Amino acid sequence: MKILVCISHVPDTTSKINFTDGDTKFDTNGVQFVINPNDEFGLTRAMWFKEKQGATVHVANVGGPETEPTLRKALAIGADEAIRVNTAPTDGYSVAKQLAHIVKDGGYDLVIGGRESIDYNGGMVPGMIAHLTGASFINNCIGLEIEGDTATAIREIDGGKETLKANLPLVIGGQKGLVEESDLRIPNMRGIMQARSKPLQAKEAVDASAETQAVKFEKPAPKGAVKLVDSVDELVALLHNEAKVI
Amino acid sequence: MSVLVYTESEQGTFKKAAQEVVSYAKGIADAMGTTVTAVAVNGEGPESLGQFGASKVLAVKNEALQKFNAQAYSDVIAAAAREEGAKVVVIASTANGKFVAPMVAAKLEAGYVPNVTGLPENTEPFQVKHSVFTNKAFATTEIKTDIKVVGLAKNAYGVHENATDAETVDFNPETNNGSVETVSVDKATDKVTIADAEIVVSGGRGLKGPENWGMVEDLAETLGAATACSKPVSDMGWRPHSEHVGQTGKPVASNLYIAIGISGAIQHLAGINASKTKVVINNDPEAPFFKAADYGIVGDAFEVVPQLTEKLKEFKAQNG
Ligand SMILES: Cc1cc2nc3c(=O)[nH]c(=O)nc-3n(C[C@H](O)[C@H](O)[C@H](O)COP(=O)(O)OP(=O)(O)OC[C@H]3O[C@@H](n4cnc5c(N)ncnc54)[C@H](O)[C@@H]3O)c2cc1C
Ligand SMILES: Nc1ncnc2c1ncn2[C@@H]1O[C@H](COP(=O)(O)O)[C@@H](O)[C@H]1O
Repeated sequence: MKILVCISHVPDTTSKINFTDGDTKFDTNGVQFVINPNDEFGLTRAMWFKEKQGATVHVANVGGPETEPTLRKALAIGADEAIRVNTAPTDGYSVAKQLAHIVKDGGYDLVIGGRESIDYNGGMVPGMIAHLTGASFINNCIGLEIEGDTATAIREIDGGKETLKANLPLVIGGQKGLVEESDLRIPNMRGIMQARSKPLQAKEAVDASAETQAVKFEKPAPKGAVKLVDSVDELVALLHNEAKVI
Repeated sequence: MSVLVYTESEQGTFKKAAQEVVSYAKGIADAMGTTVTAVAVNGEGPESLGQFGASKVLAVKNEALQKFNAQAYSDVIAAAAREEGAKVVVIASTANGKFVAPMVAAKLEAGYVPNVTGLPENTEPFQVKHSVFTNKAFATTEIKTDIKVVGLAKNAYGVHENATDAETVDFNPETNNGSVETVSVDKATDKVTIADAEIVVSGGRGLKGPENWGMVEDLAETLGAATACSKPVSDMGWRPHSEHVGQTGKPVASNLYIAIGISGAIQHLAGINASKTKVVINNDPEAPFFKAADYGIVGDAFEVVPQLTEKLKEFKAQNG
């Protein structure tokens, strides 16, 4: 089985979000970039398929040379090969077109993406890859088993979960639950050394125009100070009369 | 040329998100000088969508679509958009909405923006504001394609009545369930879900252990609220994963969010910031959550929460 894990390169969850160039660009100054958390759960599940079922695991990112340390980290965690499509990830659809090309070219049976990237929260790339490659798609995936060319997946739904079956080729949008938090791996020295000699290939982008374009960014208006109250009576009165939520 | 809106139902009953998304589509249609057409799959009483501004409903009745299937549902929405010649397609950014929307967009070769927080600032060029960086910022994005797919963030626009006579038309496009098949559904039907709840009561590590959640559940029940928790609480198995809210958990956009014994880490706040009113109960006045909250009580949760539940019961008894 050939697995492609799509890795989005995103600011660490603790990053301060600021914008530059007249609020038209995200300010990367002092920001540390990491593997998108949803993709890290997917990558860790892929390592299980590699170790238990002999799968081959490749990782791919659409982005500039600055994303290579993130791909190296995925190699250090255990992926076999990395591909970087050398173009700016301007919008979800254009990223999906680049990745769909990689998927068709590489003949992958399973594509693991994340429910969403935590930067732009698009939640669109995996679904679009599925459409563009003719594969099935399961989103919000919190469990995945593969037997031959049949997948059994668990999907989180509002208020519960459901079990689904699908044939490969399959694309999933994964999230926490796919593996437990405690299963996540911190690359060890050996992994880091091995990652240095694993293939990381930069590929030229195919022609794909962006359908959307961010025009400007802004931060939420600063919040007024909290009203501290001394009694639950006062709180209930405020929630009823002022906030009008009860 | 109408604005097409997908209206989600659960076992035949339209969701509140469906009413909100029709209200919103009516706002866009007014700005563009056109009307709203809704598409519904096995929803009962489709003409009721007229109340929020739909003038036509494409009603799909199909046994094969009883269970949600993203492939088939996206076929329905894309076919409806083509049938109507719609230039704008609106889909609520619910879990299922976010599942189908990218597939619909790809089918229509349309640009798609999710988590939109208000009416377009312009319709020509078409620009919408949406939340990014998990509610830490907003972006205004231009959709450049002929057809635009807009995902509306929960509770961002509200439900607005706009009485319109809705004509219901049977609609039965060809659909393909693909290879994905639902084997079983495991869902508590007697509990309010975090996604649908108007009020969410959430507990953190400050509650010390799973045995102390009874008072959280009592409070939630009194308010008709859903229960939620911080990430460590679900990681430690005190509460199910499905209750984990925040940046890596479920998003919360309720009217009222009550946080008990939660410190207010940036990753937690990101996921709940879209809630309208936030209340914090914490015994540490320095807890960062107080900076993000509207109301706070500095105190021991083990004393405050039962008192609050009592008070609310009294309040409910008096106010019906
Ligand atoms: C990549 C990443 C993603 C993350 N994603 C999420 C996420 O999605 N959601 C999330 O929640 N966290 C997330 N976290 C974890 C986050 O950083 C915090 O560790 C977590 O939110 C803390 O949970 P807590 O507030 O319950 O616990 P603590 O930080 O331990 O806070 C407990 C609070 O309870 C108070 N307290 C103690 N006793 C009492 C009492 N008797 N009465 C009242 N108050 C009391 C304390 O004063 C304290 O403020 C993430 C972290 C990382 C690194
Ligand atoms: N630039 C990118 N390169 C590779 N994969 C990506 C990229 N952007 C998004 N993805 C994948 O698509 C998922 C959803 O991302 P998004 O649609 O951007 O929210 C991510 O979790 C990744 O798996």
